[in-house]
Amino acid sequence: MSETLRVVVDRPDAAVAVLRTDGYINNTGGEEIAKEAYALLSGGVNRLLLDLEKTKIVNSIGISILIEILEKLLDQGGKLAFCRLTPTIEKTFQIMGLAQYARIFPAPEPALAWLRGESE
Amino acid sequence: LKSEELPAAMPESREVHLTIPVAPEMEIAATAQVAALGEWMEMGRDKIDEVKMAVVEACINAFEHSATPDRKVALAFRIGSEDAGRGAYLEVDVTDAGHGFDPTRLRTPEIATALKSSRKRGWGIKIIQSLMDDVRIESGAHGTRIVMRKYR
Repeated sequence: MSETLRVVVDRPDAAVAVLRTDGYINNTGGEEIAKEAYALLSGGVNRLLLDLEKTKIVNSIGISILIEILEKLLDQGGKLAFCRLTPTIEKTFQIMGLAQYARIFPAPEPALAWLRGESE
Repeated sequence: LKSEELPAAMPESREVHLTIPVAPEMEIAATAQVAALGEWMEMGRDKIDEVKMAVVEACINAFEHSATPDRKVALAFRIGSEDAGRGAYLEVDVTDAGHGFDPTRLRTPEIATALKSSRKRGWGIKIIQSLMDDVRIESGAHGTRIVMRKYR
């Protein structure tokens, strides 16, 4: 029953990266995301969009790794956005307060506009 | 039996038991039972997903913290209904034989603190209590039992 997470990184421009996940965000899934995110941060990219369209389940250990990514981004003056969350994943992010420090959008376009500073 | 005909006291045949080993991703096996029973009782998709999330959290809590000597977690899934107007429900009972904990001493995590601390985990019980309608935690030296209920 492997639910191994796959992450695809897309660079729509030099300032922003999109990480598209497919699968379960648990401890190993979170670490996969962190590996890609930290490689981008090392390269000077600190505005990240996590597109969870193909992720239908998460757990709190995986989310705690997303909080670590958020912490590092904020420390470097960056921004983190999420898009295309299931209602339950969005509700869980609200319960944990993640939405106070990262923005949640229904679709990639408004998320990218916010990351680029084109919208509030 | 149609779901709208759920009797006040459900027969035992509407209770499903599952034992999973303490092993990576076994919690996903438990969510399959939630989906099957939730669909049978015509619970909405979002509510089924919330129960699945709560079950995942209860299982990984047992995996991570119970140190259960038999390396197993037992689950019971029950469909029932209440006369008091709340209607049909799906109840999940997650039990381990580990060393237990004192539920009254649980610290509720806060995101602002987590962002500045090395401790970023410990969200499981808060998530379960937020996603489910009723949650009961019984814990002692011989194990922990979390009973959680979601109404349709």
